[in-house]
Amino acid sequence: MMSRRDFLKIGGSLLAGSLVGDHGMASAAKSFTGNPDRYGMLSDLTRCIGCRRCEAACNKANNLPEPKTSFEDESVFEEKRKPYVADVQAYTVVNRYYDSNGKPVYRKVQCMHCDEPACASACPVVAMKKSKEGPVIWNEDVCFGCRYCIVACPFHVPAYEYSNAFTPKVQKCFMCYHRISEGIVPACAEACPVEAITFGKRSELIKLAWTRILSEPDKYIDHVYGEHEAGGTGWLYISGVPFSQLDFPMDVGTTPYPEYTKDFLSMVGLTLISWPALFGGIYLMSNHRAENVQDEVVDSEKEEDKL
Amino acid sequence: MIKFPAWINEYIDWISDKLFMGLTIKEYMKRLLTPFNIIAGLIVFVGLYFLIQRYTQGLVAVTEASNELPWGLFLGIGLFTQVPYSSVGFVLGTAVYIFGLKKYHPVLKNAILLGFLGYFFAVVFILIDIGRPWRIYYPMVISFGTNSVLFLVAWHVALYNLVQALELAPPAFEWLGFKTLRRWAKIITLALVISGIMLSTLHQSALGAMFLLTPGKLHPLWYTSFLPWLFFVSCIPAGLAYLIVVSKLTQIFLKDKADSHYLKSLDNISLGLGKASALILITYVGLRLYSVAQENVWQYLNTPYGHWFFVEFSLFAILPFLFYYGVQRKNVGFVQLTALLTIFTIALNRVNTTLIAFNWQLPHHIYWKEGVVLIAVLTIQLLIYRWVVNRMPILREHPDYISEVHLPSAGTSVASKGS
Ligand code: SF4
Ligand code: SF4
Repeated sequence: MMSRRDFLKIGGSLLAGSLVGDHGMASAAKSFTGNPDRYGMLSDLTRCIGCRRCEAACNKANNLPEPKTSFEDESVFEEKRKPYVADVQAYTVVNRYYDSNGKPVYRKVQCMHCDEPACASACPVVAMKKSKEGPVIWNEDVCFGCRYCIVACPFHVPAYEYSNAFTPKVQKCFMCYHRISEGIVPACAEACPVEAITFGKRSELIKLAWTRILSEPDKYIDHVYGEHEAGGTGWLYISGVPFSQLDFPMDVGTTPYPEYTKDFLSMVGLTLISWPALFGGIYLMSNHRAENVQDEVVDSEKEEDKL
Repeated sequence: MIKFPAWINEYIDWISDKLFMGLTIKEYMKRLLTPFNIIAGLIVFVGLYFLIQRYTQGLVAVTEASNELPWGLFLGIGLFTQVPYSSVGFVLGTAVYIFGLKKYHPVLKNAILLGFLGYFFAVVFILIDIGRPWRIYYPMVISFGTNSVLFLVAWHVALYNLVQALELAPPAFEWLGFKTLRRWAKIITLALVISGIMLSTLHQSALGAMFLLTPGKLHPLWYTSFLPWLFFVSCIPAGLAYLIVVSKLTQIFLKDKADSHYLKSLDNISLGLGKASALILITYVGLRLYSVAQENVWQYLNTPYGHWFFVEFSLFAILPFLFYYGVQRKNVGFVQLTALLTIFTIALNRVNTTLIAFNWQLPHHIYWKEGVVLIAVLTIQLLIYRWVVNRMPILREHPDYISEVHLPSAGTSVASKGS
């Protein structure tokens, strides 16, 4: 959860953004010029041992509700859990799969922190936002709960507090934005005993990912999930098992999501300018025509109205 | 008894005359006790009870409320289906004022009223569905997500509500007897109509554009880059068919509130609207087919979703021919039935796009209470419609202003006619 101060900071930048108009936003949709030093995370699924210590650390760092069973309980692996749904109140969960030899493979699930997030381009009030540090953050002070972010996210991440009547929140992993802002590593990366989660600059993590793949080509498959998916994500994965077997969405493409609505949005201005001219013109023409016609039918009982 | 000064008494008389249609309160109350009203009242009562639950216990109390299907019937029907029907206001406004098709003038006020109520209640549904409804105005004043299609929808629906309220002002002022105000409201009509066209074309298509963000989640047979166009083109026959059906219903149930001129013109108007619908629907069908070809998703046709798509598409495909047949034969009843089928088909399309084919790989459910609330709110909408038509000159001309309608160059005479 973000601190009050972060909210104020974001609020301030929002105000500034609205004063300079939508110039900044429009250019953001054109080509991605994100902060080159933005942070990301790298999950190495070949290292993960399914100890769930990241889950426990996340729970503590974000003051989340106590889980039903302890973080040592392995029975949770019997089903594929999603973070933050009615019964699993967590920002991240680890699920278990098996490779072709029957060896368990664990996959950590959480927000991907997309470079150009679908959720942020959906949000009509900029509550969802890619921070310059890298995490995709959410501003409780402006969110009005339309849930378009949830509709849009290709990774099925954000969740809504449907049972909260007065302060329902959008919930997802914020990459420990509050810790990052203070220069502290995200809780899960810190807690992992086998360094399956690495925090760092995204550009360097990509190099690290490929170094690992290239130095042990038999251990890894030749794919860094997140390097290009959905236009690139802040969270990256490398694995020894094809990602499709671990329930990773394989249909997200490589187009950044804001691109899908860009053409439509750029049409808007054109319509606003050309429609009045077009229909005003038609009005003048048809008005003229109607007058001529009227001269002929005045006497008949036909309805002629021109108000 | 307290004695009021005379002017207050007059005022009270005036109000009760307007509200109770010249009846005493007692008579009025008696007249209200009809089987229809009692059933409607019960539905509204249950719906309001559920709404209290929604606002005190959260959305979970009345909706399935999942992250697989964040939007349910409230938006799927209340917004995404209701708004295309409500295009009726702007389509008829354009026909009469811009294209000068005076033939449709008798139904114009009804069209504007239907459009206004449609949009107004779309907003009501949004207020029910969003998590923090008291922040509804945030996109207008607090924080601007100019990159969001929903931002556009929010602005346009809000502005268009205003435009339609103003368009509705003349009959309201006629009812209240405010002559000067009415004249002013009439003067800005053209500007309103043109801004209505602008706002409508954009937000009707924007509702489709909202789903451009969900490739992979919306079934490939429904997902296409043509979505904005498809939504826009189909909203026009949706509005026309809606008007045809409602006109028929007014002919049956609100006959005594209509003048003979209105009632007589309906058949001819329905045929005209049917003809226009046929033309636009055939365009839509072609566009839809082209979009499927463009996306090259034929391989999905022989799957359960493919069959469902086929059902929807076949309905769309036969509509233009049914309309054409009815119009050719001058069979008004046939055109009216086709219009009813059109309304259904458009609803099916919008519900498919927003709910059924959305996140098609995941399970979804709808909670029955959601349906009850939906029906209750729509019932309120219907009751308000009836309330207005009972009082304001919607299906008839106000006696004071009949001359305007009949005068050939009424446009200038309005200005010269003093109040
Ligand atoms: S994974 Fe979903 S919620 Fe996370 S940044 Fe990307 S679009 Fe937003
Ligand atoms: S639910 Fe909140 S964060 Fe999500 S799109 Fe709507 S306003 Fe933005």
